[in-house]
Amino acid sequence: MAITLTKKAADRVEKYLASRGKGIGLRLGVKTTGCSGMAYTLEFLDEPKPEDQIFESFDIKIFVDPKSLVYIDGTELDFAREGLNEGFKFNNPNVKDECGCGESFTV
Amino acid sequence: MALLQISEPGKSTDPHNRKLTIGIDLGTTNSLVASVISGEAKILEDNNYRLIPSRVLYEQHQISVGNDIPNHALTISSVKRLIGKKKDDIDADNIALELADSNEIFIQTPQGYKSPIQVSSDILKKLKKIASDYFGDEIYGAVITVPAYFNEGQRQATKEAAKLAEINVLRLINEPTAAAYAYGLDTKKEGVFVVYDLGGGTFDVSVLQFNEGVFEVIATNGNSTLGGDDFDQIIKNYLINKYKFNSQSLEDQANLNLIAKDIKEKLSSEDTINETIRFNNQDYQIDISLSEIEELFIPLVDKTIQCVKNALNDADLSTYEIDGIIMVGGSTRMPTIQNYIKKFFNQDLLNDLNPDEVVAIGAARQASVLSGQANDDTLLLDVTPLSLGIETMGNLVERIIPRNSTIPIAKAQEFTTYKDGQTMMKIHVVQGEREKVSENRSLGEFIVKEIPPMPAGSAKIKVTFQVDADSLLTVSAEEQTTGVKTSIEIKPSYGIEESEIRKMLEDSFTNAENDKKFRSLAEVIVDANQILELTEKAIQDDKQLLSDSEKSTIERCMNNLKSEITKKNPSKIKLATDELNNASMSFAQKRMDNSIYSSLTGKNINEINK
Repeated sequence: MAITLTKKAADRVEKYLASRGKGIGLRLGVKTTGCSGMAYTLEFLDEPKPEDQIFESFDIKIFVDPKSLVYIDGTELDFAREGLNEGFKFNNPNVKDECGCGESFTV
Repeated sequence: MALLQISEPGKSTDPHNRKLTIGIDLGTTNSLVASVISGEAKILEDNNYRLIPSRVLYEQHQISVGNDIPNHALTISSVKRLIGKKKDDIDADNIALELADSNEIFIQTPQGYKSPIQVSSDILKKLKKIASDYFGDEIYGAVITVPAYFNEGQRQATKEAAKLAEINVLRLINEPTAAAYAYGLDTKKEGVFVVYDLGGGTFDVSVLQFNEGVFEVIATNGNSTLGGDDFDQIIKNYLINKYKFNSQSLEDQANLNLIAKDIKEKLSSEDTINETIRFNNQDYQIDISLSEIEELFIPLVDKTIQCVKNALNDADLSTYEIDGIIMVGGSTRMPTIQNYIKKFFNQDLLNDLNPDEVVAIGAARQASVLSGQANDDTLLLDVTPLSLGIETMGNLVERIIPRNSTIPIAKAQEFTTYKDGQTMMKIHVVQGEREKVSENRSLGEFIVKEIPPMPAGSAKIKVTFQVDADSLLTVSAEEQTTGVKTSIEIKPSYGIEESEIRKMLEDSFTNAENDKKFRSLAEVIVDANQILELTEKAIQDDKQLLSDSEKSTIERCMNNLKSEITKKNPSKIKLATDELNNASMSFAQKRMDNSIYSSLTGKNINEINK
């Protein structure tokens, strides 16, 4: 399995990294909080940790710590527009249920 | 599912705790709202409009703001010129302005009288709605920019407007400071920058000093009646004079304004304009060169240069000492202005960001930093809203940190004992602008103990006030001979409403004369009581040094002083105090001689010289 980006998401990440002026990639993860158990985290990455699993998609490096990976393995990160709002979306095959707002989920 | 943004490392927020922040440039002519999204500051659009005209239209059952207002409707505009002011210059198109007896400004609308604060809050509500519609979520807080020259009253009024619009104000920052943030000048070590801000109807120039992570406005200047619109006016007059554009109605005038503005904008990228303009059912063939128009612009540009010179003078700086010049305001795109300023400072300008948007962008960045979502250690400049001080004898306030001081700040002052052998001192910390302790806010008190017994006025107690970046006040008192230190921590802003701050300020202005009288009376009474007490004690201790006539003179003076104190006339009390001082002078001299004599008697010269 792996973590992948859609082309659209990769383009956005590339743009954001460029305008930020630093960072070597993205960190995807989960944390145990929220109304439905788990929540996604999505951050710029400046320094990788030794235990990180590294994926690459459209030349963007994606770092995931092994504990998070079990919850999001197989995820495709997409960039979408909903109404006026635009942002990243986790298409995570492990999810069984998510809270109404979609900010947290259970597996 | 919710859409996520990329956070800075380690700054991911919990679900439903996403702190959406915005930056608001609340302008005289136009306003903007921006937000940092995935690390990038972005202008939030209102139906594809980036600029929101700062205009409000009140109708019976509807309030429209900015681009929602139909053309040529009678609107309230430039309300920023009125906010936080009493009756002053007025710029409300054809709308009656009512001055209530309190000197407050109210604007008559079909929805009743509106204060400038209410009108501003309606603009702010619109900006907030643009942002919450964009995110589909509540906005946590906003940074709002104000001109550097705004006084405390105007700042408080802006905050009140935000409160009415239910916006959590993270901070008000100065417009030039926001522009400097947008250019990332806070990443440099230090420097002095000039912000040249030519808005639609106002011109401001500020000199900013960046030092140890803090931007400080060290000088401002400007012209509140000079703006980009004046350049349009020049072109308009030129069209009327040279090409005989014939405008009769108000609508013609408005259309001609638009044509003039269009020509100005075209001349920012082209050297000549050669075209036919359809106006008022007539075709006008125009052939305008930039150099021709530039000549007409020079007097206006000269006016701005004069302001720049004044600001530099106030800051005591020369052009070569300036590390960067930031251009703000759409009109600064004009090549005439760019070239002129470049020549004046003899250096390139910071102009690669959109000059209309740079202030909002900077504000958005600050908002993001303040909510803790960005990785940035920049110190932020804030000020103490009210003065901080302690109570001294006579129910008087001694101010240690004046109002409007930039924080963090620390200031110390020495105080002494009032009575002989005094071993304790109460430090009562107060906040406010009034002279009388009871008219200020009491923040807390503590007692300095273990002051070694010594004569009145000899002990030295150093009182230090320190306000940190989070507005936390620490007051400590140190007795200088023993080094014993006592302190207290207070959050001065806690539990104080902005309206209360404003009221306290206003009270201090209206009561300034009474306060002055109170202070001068209290001061002489403190002095008088002290000398009375000392004299009484001296007479008791050293009666034998006084002749009967001396004693009766002194006692007469004392009684006179006591009766003057009850009459409460400061100059008479002062006079009686001086009289008593004079009458007891020789007595005091004798006492001193006596004490020196007794301390020296029976000692040899070597001992004394030690």
